[in-house]
Amino acid sequence: MQEPQITDELIAAHGLTPDEYQRILEIIGREPTFTELGIFSAMWNEHCSYKSSKKWLRTLPTEGPQVICGPGENAGVVDIGDGQAVVFKMESHNHPSYIEPYQGAATGVGGILRDVFTMGARPIAAMNALSFGEPSHPKTRRLVNGVVEGIGGYGNCFGVPTVGGEVRFHAAYNGNCLVNAFAAGLADADRIFYSAASGVGMPVVYLGARTGRDGVGGATMASAEFDDSIEEKRPTVQVGDPFTEKRLMEACLELMKTGAVISIQDMGAAGLTCSAVEMGDKGGLGIRLNLEAVPVREENMSAYEMMLSESQERMLMVLDPGKEEEARAVFEKWDLDFAVVGETIAEDRFLVMHNNRVEADLPLSKLSSEAPEYDRPWVESPAPAPLGELPAIGPVEALKALISSPNYASRHWVWEQYDSQVMGDTVRTPGLGAGIVRVHGTDKLLAFTSDVTPRYVKANPREGGRQAVAEAFRNLCAVGARPLAATDNLNFGNPEKPEIMGQLVGAIEGIGEACRALDMPIVSGNVSLYNETDGEAILPTPTIGAVGLIANAGQMIGGLAREGHLALMLGESAGHLGQSALLAEAWGREEGDAPPVDLEAERRHGEFIRANHELIRACTDISDGGLALAAFEMAEAAGIGVTLDSEDIPALFGEDQARYLIACNFDQAEALMVAAGRAGLTLATVGRFGGESVAFGTASAPLAELAEIYRTSFAAAVT
Amino acid sequence: MHAGVIVFPGSNCDRDLAVAFEAAGAKVSMIWHKETELPAGLDIIGVPGGFSYGDYLRCGAIAAQSPVCREMVRFAGRGGHVLGICNGFQVLTETGLLPGALMRNAGLKFVCRTVELRVETASSPFTRGYDEGQVVRFPVAHHDGNYTAQAAELERLEGEGRVAFRYLDNPNGSANDIAGIFSENRRVLGLMPHPERAIDPLQGGTDGQAMFAALAEVLEPA
Repeated sequence: MQEPQITDELIAAHGLTPDEYQRILEIIGREPTFTELGIFSAMWNEHCSYKSSKKWLRTLPTEGPQVICGPGENAGVVDIGDGQAVVFKMESHNHPSYIEPYQGAATGVGGILRDVFTMGARPIAAMNALSFGEPSHPKTRRLVNGVVEGIGGYGNCFGVPTVGGEVRFHAAYNGNCLVNAFAAGLADADRIFYSAASGVGMPVVYLGARTGRDGVGGATMASAEFDDSIEEKRPTVQVGDPFTEKRLMEACLELMKTGAVISIQDMGAAGLTCSAVEMGDKGGLGIRLNLEAVPVREENMSAYEMMLSESQERMLMVLDPGKEEEARAVFEKWDLDFAVVGETIAEDRFLVMHNNRVEADLPLSKLSSEAPEYDRPWVESPAPAPLGELPAIGPVEALKALISSPNYASRHWVWEQYDSQVMGDTVRTPGLGAGIVRVHGTDKLLAFTSDVTPRYVKANPREGGRQAVAEAFRNLCAVGARPLAATDNLNFGNPEKPEIMGQLVGAIEGIGEACRALDMPIVSGNVSLYNETDGEAILPTPTIGAVGLIANAGQMIGGLAREGHLALMLGESAGHLGQSALLAEAWGREEGDAPPVDLEAERRHGEFIRANHELIRACTDISDGGLALAAFEMAEAAGIGVTLDSEDIPALFGEDQARYLIACNFDQAEALMVAAGRAGLTLATVGRFGGESVAFGTASAPLAELAEIYRTSFAAAVT
Repeated sequence: MHAGVIVFPGSNCDRDLAVAFEAAGAKVSMIWHKETELPAGLDIIGVPGGFSYGDYLRCGAIAAQSPVCREMVRFAGRGGHVLGICNGFQVLTETGLLPGALMRNAGLKFVCRTVELRVETASSPFTRGYDEGQVVRFPVAHHDGNYTAQAAELERLEGEGRVAFRYLDNPNGSANDIAGIFSENRRVLGLMPHPERAIDPLQGGTDGQAMFAALAEVLEPA
C-alpha cells in the first residue's frame, strides 16, 4: 500500500497542531513515517495525554491510609479490610455514543469492565451516568433508547449487576450526550496486577478478540468537537462483543492465579499503541512488536491500522516465559486467540516491525514524557444572573412540575433494562439512592453512588464541584456506609476557550477541597473535553462516582418508611432556590448562585447518620428538588402517603446542602433528638408518613395520582 | 443431594445457582461445557442463567449442541432431575427436553424486576414445598422470556398440569402467562424467573428457598 505523504493537512487531520508536529521533529530528528505520525497522534491526543487537564488534576487529593493505588493505573484500588480491595473507575464514552448509541455505550461498559479486571479484580458492580439533550430534540429518543439498550446488552451478557447511576436531560446536551460508565471489582489486596513490564526479552502476548479496522482513530475523534460531518465518523466507533469479554475476563483471572502474568494492560483507546507504550514506559523498558503475528480479522491491514485499531476485548501482557504451557492451557480452555507479538527490550525504543519492515522506530519513553502539556489560559466564570422574582405556585403544582419531568420522574424504564441482581449479592437495586452489593462470602457490603448537578457547576464551578462530592458523600452516609474514595469523570467543552477552561479549573478546585474535607481521595478518573457541537458546549459535568463500606448488614440503613413514622430533617434550611430543580422545571429558568456547601456540616451530619443508624428506619439525602421531592420519593417507594407541615415553597423546594430526611418511629425520633442536641446539630420533625395522600400543610393530592405521574413520565418522554 | 451445575463460557448465574444448592445442603460439582462425561452420582443437573455461547444466534441454540448437553439429555432420559433457569430454560427447550420456545419479550426490551408468580401445582419435586395457588416473588432478568408453543402443545401442558408457575402480571408476553413448565415425568423444570436470587433476606426475599429445600428432601438418600 502506498502510504500518504506527511502534509500539513494530514498532520491537522491527526489532531496535531503545528507546534506539536515541530516537537515530534525535534524528538526524532527526521520526518515521521505515516505509522509514527499515527502513534504520536494516538499518544498525544487529549483523551490519552490529558494535556489540558494534567496541571490541574495534580492538585487533587489522591492519598489516604485506605488507598492502595491511586490514579495512573487502569483503575484505583482501595482497601476494604480482611486482605480485600475494591478496584474502581469511571470513564466516559461520550463521543462514540453520540455517533452510534448502542455500540458506543456498549463498548463504554466493556472498556471500564476491562480496566477493572486488568487489575486482577472480578467486576461486582456497575453504574452509568447519562446526560441527554432535551426530550423534544429529534435525536434524543434514539440516543436514550440506543444507549440504555447498549449498556444493558453488554453488562447483562457479561454478568455484572448495574446498581446505580443517573439520567438527565438538558438542551446543552443536544449536540453531545454523555455516557459515563463506572465499574467496581473485588480483588485480594496483595494480588493486584499492574501495567509496568519488567525483565528484558520477555514475551509480549496478545490475548482476546482479533484486530479489525474498527475504531481506527477513535481516541483522536474523541478529542475533537463535532460539526456537520459527524455521520462520516461512524466507522471510528468500535463494536462490542460481551461474550468474548466475559471469556477474556475469566481467562485473565485464571491466568493471574497461575503466576504467569508479569504485567498486563488492556487495549482501550488507541489500542495496541497505548497499551504497549504504557507497559514499556512504566517498566523503564523498550518494546519490539512484530505485527505479522497480530491476530487479525480483516485482510491486508497496514501497520498504521493495526497500531490504531480500537477493536474491543483485547489484552496485552508480559508473561513469564517459564509458564507458557500453563498460559496456553488457559487460553485454549476459553477458546481465545492469543499470540506472542513482541518482546521487551533493554533500549528505550518502540520498534514496530511488519513483515521485516520497520514501520516505527521511536524513543519509547518520550512518547509519554515529552507529550505536550498545556497551561491553558482560563477565566473565572462570570457571576450568574441574580435570582429574580418568582411567580406564585402551590406546593402540589410545584411537585407535579418536577415529577412529570423526565429529569425527576422514576427511572425504572432505564434500570429495568439492566440486570441489577446477577451474581446474587445485590442488596439494594437502583432507584433508592446508593446501590449496595454484598462482598461475596462475607458480611461486608459496598455502596455505590454517582452524582453531579451540572446546573450548579455552570453557575459556580467551584461550588458545583464541592457539591458533587458532598452529594456523593451524603448518598453513601444515607445508607449507613463509610465513604472510602471517589473517581471523577470530568466532562467539559473545548479547553482552548478560556471560559471552558475556567469551568474545569474551578470544578477541580472544588472537588479537591471537598475530597480533602470529607476524606474521599480521588483514586481514578477520566477527562472528556471538546464536548461541543458547532461551538456550543455542554454544561460542565464533573461526575463523581463514590464507594463506601458497610461493615455488616446490621449497620446498613435500607428500610422503607412505614405508616406512622415521623419525618425528620437533619440540617438547616435557608430556602435556597437559585439554580434549583423547581426553577428549571416549573419555569425553565436557570438563575441565581449554586447552593453553598458547608463541608464541615457535611462531615458532621454524615457522621451523625452513620453513628445513629440503629435509630433510623429509612433515610435519604436531600438534593435537587429539596425536601418535598425527597419526602415524595421516600413515600412513593414505601407505597404510603406523607404529610409535611410546611407549605412554604422555599422551605419545601429549596436545595440547601448537608441535609437528610429520616423516617423513624416516635421513640427513635426522641432518641435522635437527644443525640442531635448533644452534638449541637439541627434536627427537626417536618412531618409524618402515612395515609394515602401527599400533603403540604393544607394542600394535598392523592398518592396514587402522583405516583402515576411519577412512574409514567419518563417512558412517555423517551418512547 | 449431589447437584451438578453446567458452566458454559457465557454462563453468569452458575455461581448463584451453586450457592442456592449449597445453602440447601447439597454437594455441588461444576460441570464445564466441554465435558463428555458427567460426575458420578449426580442427583440433579442445574442449567444456569447467562448467555451460554453469547446467544447471538437463538438463545440456547448452540448450547443445546454442546457435548455436556448431550450427556444431560441422556441423564434426563434415565429419569434424572434437571432444573433450567432463565438461559437454562431456553437451553432445555432447544434440547427438546421441554416443549415450546422462548421468544423475544413482547415489549422488545430486556426486563429485570421482581415479579409475582402463582405456584400452579405442588405435586412435583421442585414445588412440593409450596402450596398450590401460593404466590411467590422471584426476580426475572431476560430479553427472551416470551414462552410460546403450538396450541395443541399448550393444551396438553395445561391438561397434564405441567405448568409450574404462572405470572400474575405477565412481563414478557408469554402464552397463558406461563413462567415455568415441567417435563412429562415432572423431573425436568424450566422457568424464566430466578429462584436462586430469592434465597436470602438480604436479596430482598426468600421465596426461592423452598424449591431447593424440597429438592434436597426428595433427592437426599435417606
